[in-house]
Amino acid sequence: MAAGFAQWGNDLYTGRRSYDIVGRRRVWYTISAVLVLITAVLLIKPGLNPGIEFRGGSEFVISGVTDTEQQSAIDAVQSIAPEESPRVATLGTSSLRVQTAELTNDEVEKVKAALAEAYGVSTDEVTSSFIGPTWGQDVSQKALRGLAVFLVFVTIVMTVYFRNWRMALAALIALFHDLVITVGIYAGVGWEVTPATVIGFLTILGYSIYDTVVVFDKVRENTADALQQSRYTYAEKANLAVNQTLVRSINTSVVALLPVTAILFVGTFILGAGTLRDIALALFIGMAIGTFSSIFLATPLEVTLREREPAIRAHTRKVLEARAHAAGLEGAEGAADQALVPSVQVGALRPGAHQGTAAQPKRKPRR
Amino acid sequence: MAPPTRRQRPVRTLTVLGLLILAIFGAVLAGTKWSDASLTPNLALDLEGGTQIILQPIADSGADVPQETINQAIEVIRQRVDSSGVSEAEIASQGDKIVVSLPGHPSEETLDLVRTSAKMEFRPVLSYGAPEPVATDTATDGATAAATDAAAATPTAEATTEPSDVPTKAAPDSPSDAEYYVTPAVQARFDELDCTDPANLTGGASGDPDVALVTCDPEGTTKYILGPVEIEGSDIKNASSGLQVNSQGSVTNEWVVNMAFNSAGTKLFADVTERLQGLTSPQNQFAMVLDGLVISAPGLDPGVIINDGKAEISGTFTRDSAATLANQLNFGALPLSFEVQSEQQISATLGTEQLQKGLIAGLIGLVLVVIYSMLQYRALGLVTVASLVVATIVTYGVIALLSWTQGYRLSLPGVAGLIVAIGITADSFIVYFERIRDELREGRPLSAAVERGWERARRTILASDAVNLIAAVVLYLLAVGGVQGFAFTLGLTTLIDVLVVFCFTHPVMALLARTKFFAEGHPASGLDPRRLGVTGSRYVGRGRVVTAPEQAASATPAESARVPVTVGATGLTIAERRAAARAAATDTAAADAAAADTAAADTAGDGPQDALSDAPAQTTPDDTTSTGSTSIATTPAGTPVDDSGRTEGSEH
Repeated sequence: MAAGFAQWGNDLYTGRRSYDIVGRRRVWYTISAVLVLITAVLLIKPGLNPGIEFRGGSEFVISGVTDTEQQSAIDAVQSIAPEESPRVATLGTSSLRVQTAELTNDEVEKVKAALAEAYGVSTDEVTSSFIGPTWGQDVSQKALRGLAVFLVFVTIVMTVYFRNWRMALAALIALFHDLVITVGIYAGVGWEVTPATVIGFLTILGYSIYDTVVVFDKVRENTADALQQSRYTYAEKANLAVNQTLVRSINTSVVALLPVTAILFVGTFILGAGTLRDIALALFIGMAIGTFSSIFLATPLEVTLREREPAIRAHTRKVLEARAHAAGLEGAEGAADQALVPSVQVGALRPGAHQGTAAQPKRKPRR
Repeated sequence: MAPPTRRQRPVRTLTVLGLLILAIFGAVLAGTKWSDASLTPNLALDLEGGTQIILQPIADSGADVPQETINQAIEVIRQRVDSSGVSEAEIASQGDKIVVSLPGHPSEETLDLVRTSAKMEFRPVLSYGAPEPVATDTATDGATAAATDAAAATPTAEATTEPSDVPTKAAPDSPSDAEYYVTPAVQARFDELDCTDPANLTGGASGDPDVALVTCDPEGTTKYILGPVEIEGSDIKNASSGLQVNSQGSVTNEWVVNMAFNSAGTKLFADVTERLQGLTSPQNQFAMVLDGLVISAPGLDPGVIINDGKAEISGTFTRDSAATLANQLNFGALPLSFEVQSEQQISATLGTEQLQKGLIAGLIGLVLVVIYSMLQYRALGLVTVASLVVATIVTYGVIALLSWTQGYRLSLPGVAGLIVAIGITADSFIVYFERIRDELREGRPLSAAVERGWERARRTILASDAVNLIAAVVLYLLAVGGVQGFAFTLGLTTLIDVLVVFCFTHPVMALLARTKFFAEGHPASGLDPRRLGVTGSRYVGRGRVVTAPEQAASATPAESARVPVTVGATGLTIAERRAAARAAATDTAAADAAAADTAAADTAGDGPQDALSDAPAQTTPDDTTSTGSTSIATTPAGTPVDDSGRTEGSEH
């Protein structure tokens, strides 16, 4: 398997095997647009499920219980505050979490006692927390501010590093795409949004850009002298870069996702609701989408944007015309349509390779 | 290609890294021996258990709360918590918030101490004394003030204030009227107050502003009976400390605190000073009470009536104590109340379970990463593993060091950050390895590939790590609570990632490139050039050339049909074409002799040869491929080829 994978990598690198990712960008744009639409729907219905940090309220954690049956917790709370409908969740193997609306100090003490009695544990095993509704808002407000500052910094850094604002723009669009879809899917899963989730969302920012930077670095390398040659178009060179980094993208994504999957698994099935689980889910979705977008969205977008530059547009036209002309010469008729363009294999030129007589210097046809 | 300009000294780099690691752990070990460091990092509250209260200070005036005032508020809370006997409490500011972390299960009284806002007020001093309790003949009043109150309650029930405090006069002459304010109950409380007991130094609300207050100073050196509140702290405009300027306008060597009142305060203060003038010590003093404790009780110099609202407090101040008092007065100038934003009790058992399971998850993740990289990179995977181990050691050491020197505490989001970092750290190695492979594919010998690949990968790694670091720093600076812990570990591991890639992975690769196993591209090394599509003779350095075994193309037309015609990249070299022609011409039995290993591995590698034979039929004419018109390679009979022509699973 590994050998086959390495071989596949070779083929992608040399261009022997090539996926026309940039060429079929309309397909990816459509897929992304559909995904974003779906998440937009998910954000409206069912919508994000705010955790206690955002709603405000009281939280009780009963540890060391032998029976994690949840109804007795609901009954215990309602015996003190009848109008309450507490949310109960299992934490780990022997703990329960009960969340209610905000209770008075007096009620909190009573509920603690009732819960301790219901589960047959001492009151020491029942802890209570109070969380003001402003706490979570504060976190998300700061997260938004962090997002803005981060975007400004990253745009500057990427523009300076790649010396091209269009690349930075493409990376940012891909980043927004990742973020929106992650939040949407998180809403679809229906888990509570806690500060831990917000952490996860914010980390995606870094990861998504990181992934894109690695691909763009190769794109830049491949297209550095794109305009100095007339064999391939800019898009074809960029496409080669995506193909060449495909193995790396897959490897890094798998490697990054493995630990996250481990936390997600342990968090979901063993620990239950909590920090680790929330971070892991947000990261898992975000990283998977981030990999997709760095391959299928960022580079095609970059090409779309770059092709608006007159120099590149002119170059592309020139290359395609020359190719059509050559095809017209060798082919039977002048049926030099674009259909033959995908058959061009784009790869790095290998020293010593015989390019055929057509590649030899020619005398200019005299007029 | 230009050779590396600088001479590489991998061993030296590795030695530096080794010394650095030794220094980190040496410092921590030395810390455990001679200081209070420990080999395990301190755990944050969510892992250790305890109570965390996040307070939002709100100025009564609605104004923004300046940082010094927040620091002063933290001082006040620390004073309360420390003297309430809770050890290892942590009180820190986070942006404009105050985070109080109390280990264990603090009592409701302790929590109240934290939640209560601190107020400053000015009261006249009625009496003061030594901090120890005085044995009085009024001991029959009871052991506690409450008892006193109860005892005194019976005879005089019509009083509006506490019954025992019924004054002997109908109305006070002035706030300094000791006769009115020092009731027997107050006197009894004063007598039995023990200011040497830390429990009595907790501060807190000073109670009814209209009655006398019995209290201590924060150091527990004096106890006071104070009259009713005369001026509120909010009447202070500002306070500052500085060297005294005498009447000639020259600066003396004495530190003083200057205080200015607002217009209302100026008027009140003028009244107070005028009245206190006529009184004798101790009643010519007024006390500044912050948080229920007397922070200063200056007396008035004889004959001084301050009516311009500017007071200078002199005494035996040092530069620091003057600054402290000025800060405290400024704190009073901006009265704060605290809004509890969140109050969480975290049980230690739950935290321990989360940490345990989290670490298990991390370990599983690590093992999976190791397995995957071994599959993908064979022996190179071991370099990944070693690099991850070095990164783990450095990270652990740095966290232990920070935990000791900076009071850093590892929280659950922090642990999550560390686990996530495994994957992100391994990313850089993959970027590097893939680069080396790319260079090998271009036909370079390993030692050159390691260096050139490094030059290119280095840039990518630095760029992407810079992005990660920006994310971490922005998160750290702008976020609160758990977000910070996560951002911190993420940023830390990003830096350590750079360190490890530069000082470990790259030198190790440079060393490995010198070994025969890697340089000659052993199939298990993960850098087998043959598998990377490099065919034919190769220069492997040191004047040696490796010749690939005679190979026969062995793909079926089925496969070649899928391979597009080449414009240039995989065109054959002249030498290759001749070799292929020779191979085709010679007896196909020779192909059988070619190891199944290489045949399979090179199936696709030699694909174009077959592709070319079929190409004209499959694709439109091509401008540059002239080789396409001649059939060069044939499939030798007897060469094992699977139907698909693909090589997956066909080897090893």
